[in-house]
Amino acid sequence: MSRTTRQIVFLVAAAGLGVLLVLAFRGLPGFGTTTHPYRDLAVAAALAHRAPNVISSVNFDQRAIDTLGEETILLGSVIGAAALLRPTREMRRASPPGGGHVLPATRLVGYFMLPLTLLVGTDVVVHGHLTPGGGFQGGVVLATGLHLQYVTADFEGLRRLRPLSWCEAAEASGATAFAAIGLAGIVVSGAFLANVVPLGHFGDLLSAGTVPLLNIAVGIEVACGVVVLLASYFRQALLLGPAETEKESSR
Amino acid sequence: MTGVLIVLALTLVGIGGTVVAFTFEPERQALTLSVFGLLLTVLFVVLQAPDVALSQLGIGSAVVPLMVMLALRKIRSGRS
Amino acid sequence: MSIYAFIVAGWLVLAGLAGVVRSRDLVHVVVCLSIAQAGTYVLLLGIGYQHGGTAPIFGPTTPTSAAVVDPVVQAMTLTDIVVSATITALLLAIVIQISKRHDTVDPDQLRALRG
Repeated sequence: MSRTTRQIVFLVAAAGLGVLLVLAFRGLPGFGTTTHPYRDLAVAAALAHRAPNVISSVNFDQRAIDTLGEETILLGSVIGAAALLRPTREMRRASPPGGGHVLPATRLVGYFMLPLTLLVGTDVVVHGHLTPGGGFQGGVVLATGLHLQYVTADFEGLRRLRPLSWCEAAEASGATAFAAIGLAGIVVSGAFLANVVPLGHFGDLLSAGTVPLLNIAVGIEVACGVVVLLASYFRQALLLGPAETEKESSR
Repeated sequence: MTGVLIVLALTLVGIGGTVVAFTFEPERQALTLSVFGLLLTVLFVVLQAPDVALSQLGIGSAVVPLMVMLALRKIRSGRS
Repeated sequence: MSIYAFIVAGWLVLAGLAGVVRSRDLVHVVVCLSIAQAGTYVLLLGIGYQHGGTAPIFGPTTPTSAAVVDPVVQAMTLTDIVVSATITALLLAIVIQISKRHDTVDPDQLRALRG
């Protein structure tokens, strides 16, 4: 169908959907209500396992098997994107295009920020059960901190600092570690991903059982996964030249 | 006071989302997407969700716009 | 005004879909999908909010008896954000492959190149 027909059909459908949504929203308990039954149950369960950060407890203790599924989706997407972006019959540029002129002061700031951001990222991962943070957020902070080198220096600077083969191995071991901790739960107490490590005192670094361990496993996996993902994109965009057009070469 | 802040943050997010969806050049969309990520982060903090805001800040303001720009560079260079 | 947050969430989803329908570039489609996903995050967090509640993290400043907002929806949203970023990456990789094979990323022209 033509563009205008498509847009008119969409407008009619969107209007209908909008009316249905408004009717549905009026049936919800209002915004800011005080009745949250799941909150009461989740907070009670988190405090019973001595985890101050209830969200980390929900993610890694009460609902840990969903988190296993989600981090497997992450692993699969990184593998899928790396497979789709693998270099085929393309010319390899001799060296990546050099960056623009970067002031030495900017470069210095970049070198200063690198250990700072890595430290902050590790702190966010390790203290995930005590303060806002956790494996997913800390992994993203770690990966983004590393890629700050691309902004303040150039791609060669990033490539020298980025241990790509280690990241590929570490990503897989992070995912395996999550499953291994789950299997340890079966061995010790008969339930997959049960909280079997001693619980410690409320608010200590080593408390809340398996939650900090799973946080670290997920943090390693997310950080290395994002680095590998961005590396596939960098390689395609900056290192590989345009192919001979695939239509003629595939005949 | 918090109520006013929430309404303001929600309005900014609504306007930001519309701007991103109706910016038709992907090169410009990468930048507006980054600003939209920042507005979403502010909304999540006002809604008392610091964990979610941490995730959204790194992902929506840094990782996804970077990927969009790299993909665009690859696509445009292949057709030059 | 007590459903304003949900209205904004529904608006974001519809705006993302409108962007998809009016698009002339597949990369634009992928970014508009991101906007629609942001609408679902706002909906989830809006459902979990409580007036006067604080963040669901206990410590020296928040006693365990304080009223907190719902942590279950926040847990869902937080993993959703990271996972959907990798799905966006997968979609962008598919768009790059399409541009290599068909030399265009205009959705209207791609149907003509079928077969």
